[in-house]
Amino acid sequence: MNGFWSVIFSAGFVATIIRVTTPIIFASMACLIAKKAGVRNITIEGTMLVSALAGVVASAYLKNVWLAVLIGMLAGVGIGLFLGYFHIIMDTDIWLTGIAINLIANGGTVFAMFAITGDKGSTASLASLTVPNINIPIIKDIPILGEILSGHSFFTYLAIVSVIVMYVLLYKTPLGLRIRAVGEYSMAAESVGENSNRIKLIALALSGMFASFGGMFMSMSYASRFVRDMMAGRGFIGIAAESMGGGHPFGAAFAAAIFGVADALANVLQSFSIPSELLLMIPYLATIVGLVLYSIRRQEAEKKRIQKMRQSNTVKEG
Amino acid sequence: MSEPVLSMKGITKIYGNGILANDKVDFSVNAGEIHALMGENGAGKSTLMKMIFGIEHPDEGEIYCRGQKVEINSPTDALKLGIGMVHQHFMLVPSLSVAENMVLRSEPRKGMFLDMEKAVAETEAISQKYNLPIDARARVSDLAVGMKQRVEILKALYRGANILILDEPTAVLTPQETSELFKQLKLLREQGHTVIFISHKIREIKELCDRITILRSGRSMGVYNVDEVSVEDISRLMVGRDVVSKIDKAPKHPGAPVLEVKNLSYGYAQEKMMLKNVNFSARGGEILGIAGVEGNGQRELIEIITGLRPIEDGTIKIGGKDSSHFTVRQIRDAKVGHIPQDRLTYGAAGDSTIAENLISDKSDSPTVSNGPFLSAKKIKDYCTRLIRDFEIKCADENVLVRMLSGGNMQKVVVARELTGDLSLVIADQPTRGIDVGTAKAIHEKLVELRDSGVAVLLVSADLNEIMELSDSMIVMYDGEIVAYFEDASTLTEAELGQYMLGVQRQTEDEIREVCYEQ
Repeated sequence: MNGFWSVIFSAGFVATIIRVTTPIIFASMACLIAKKAGVRNITIEGTMLVSALAGVVASAYLKNVWLAVLIGMLAGVGIGLFLGYFHIIMDTDIWLTGIAINLIANGGTVFAMFAITGDKGSTASLASLTVPNINIPIIKDIPILGEILSGHSFFTYLAIVSVIVMYVLLYKTPLGLRIRAVGEYSMAAESVGENSNRIKLIALALSGMFASFGGMFMSMSYASRFVRDMMAGRGFIGIAAESMGGGHPFGAAFAAAIFGVADALANVLQSFSIPSELLLMIPYLATIVGLVLYSIRRQEAEKKRIQKMRQSNTVKEG
Repeated sequence: MSEPVLSMKGITKIYGNGILANDKVDFSVNAGEIHALMGENGAGKSTLMKMIFGIEHPDEGEIYCRGQKVEINSPTDALKLGIGMVHQHFMLVPSLSVAENMVLRSEPRKGMFLDMEKAVAETEAISQKYNLPIDARARVSDLAVGMKQRVEILKALYRGANILILDEPTAVLTPQETSELFKQLKLLREQGHTVIFISHKIREIKELCDRITILRSGRSMGVYNVDEVSVEDISRLMVGRDVVSKIDKAPKHPGAPVLEVKNLSYGYAQEKMMLKNVNFSARGGEILGIAGVEGNGQRELIEIITGLRPIEDGTIKIGGKDSSHFTVRQIRDAKVGHIPQDRLTYGAAGDSTIAENLISDKSDSPTVSNGPFLSAKKIKDYCTRLIRDFEIKCADENVLVRMLSGGNMQKVVVARELTGDLSLVIADQPTRGIDVGTAKAIHEKLVELRDSGVAVLLVSADLNEIMELSDSMIVMYDGEIVAYFEDASTLTEAELGQYMLGVQRQTEDEIREVCYEQ
């Protein structure tokens, strides 16, 4: 067990947490912005897959990593708008449409990969590029702290920035106000002339963009190639993180970090012969327990409120 | 006398389902007045206002605003003309602050950001200008109803409205909030604003308004100066029957009370009392009518008795047994039939067949099943019999309910609810929106049940129906029973109108007579 604690309390382990949290943060932000506009986006997993492949293929052919990131991003935005077109404009069921898009992404990426590389497993044969890691001047030279904070992927820093950007967008800009208004009570927004469909489409485009960053982190940074089904549920974990986060970007990022810890722990504990499947269950159990506790508390508060009303009413009558 | 700021000429509106909502209505409002629009539910008030606000469009007729002929195609058009509406269901986003709700869609900006300080300042400025104090930073969900309404009024003013339409604004307010609102509206009038005030409550109109337009059955009954028209005249113009159709029935033979409601109060959770200490009993062999303008607690009362709403205070007994906390199933097992007012929400499943709807309450009874399995033959026999008895016009029992006309749909509900062993029937608007023939058949069925000793509780907004069918009657106003008539046949429309509109109420002792002991 001594070995275990020395691993847990190493700077390298903390750095691992930050690394594996990156895609979950992006996924939770993608879920959050759509949900704020009143749309449950469950296509994040599929969007991440498509963008991951699009980025890898584009980088192999264009030989420019930033242009490739742009293309991967456009792919994500495209899927967001695709979902929006069917669900918002054509009024299809959000769950069925979402499931269909996820399944298409799952099979479609393998099909596209096979058509391009002749390989159904991964894009190892493509000379694809990766986004650079960034060393932060000064901090990188501080012992321990440097190892934890510096040298991460461009996308990891982008994830941290996007949490702040999300907060500012939602709470400090006119667009954010309109997104929140449409998501909570679209008739109120429409009564002052807002086109709520337009706002929902904008939110879904942004949702696709955030998901695409998470996908490209996986294939152009965490790994240096696309592998079939490489998201392994991270898109869905992001949705869970968002719902635990209480509808706030910082809360969602914090919840994503908890999942990140579990993920990192599972990685480490595999070498200590504890089944990782068991450990990976913990965050999901926590979600369910958390939601139940939240619901119980709300019901109690409602009962108390009625009780209070009743008492004050009796006083008034008497 | 000032100029009309808004006028509508010869407005006719027929809805897609053939209902004539407005019939050549003239309506005109002067600048700087508070103009009351009065009429029963379904009289066409809301339709008329929706046309001013651009939600509906007239089939015939013209709208003039400040002397100019105008087309109002959307709420945005209406706002541009300075017309603002305070909806009964507030158009406010609960989790946003007052200021955020105020500026939504016309946000002050600082660069690319929302200028929250300016939004608060503008909210405070407008609130001071009109002397309607409000906490601009408070969350809307934390505000009391009266305050929310004030935000709605301010929101309309902020967007430049000087003609305000208030749709039954006092329906959700406490008496204190109501008098506060009236002060505010009078202030707005002094500042030159025009207010259209929709209400059922004569006293409020007498207190607040300058002129009144009365609608009945889609037609205008005229415009009057409030000072020059008596309460009795208003009630007579508003409450009246166009055609009196007689229903034949034998004298009643009331038996023991079947339904007993005691000290029923409701509305603590909404912080607005919808029912206040309601007491009555319904006897077997008698049709007890509940009259009243809609929204005075009838809906809540019926939903609590039938188990669709949880009870908060008081007790309900059915057949002498306390049924206050019964499930819907237990209530039905106590021989209660319920014709709900909204047939496609609680009455029938539109996407299911007639047969499925007819057997939905007895899927586990031997009438339609053999052991654990449904019997196709028994279902067919049972449904064929009901379709014949109740004259449901359809190809066979496998037709989807939503393919039927409103009248036949209602017959399916009635066939299920009024078949079998019954002791109490609750009929909530049983003939609303259906053809005369079907309505007559349903009336006859209710009378037949009453003659066989069943207690019938009838709620209806149709004056003809409630006056002709009821043996005795209670009147509800503002969540209370305000009158009881042991013999409803002697009652006149004018008399009933006075109670329905809250002008009169009986003494407690008179009302108490509706409580019969077991």
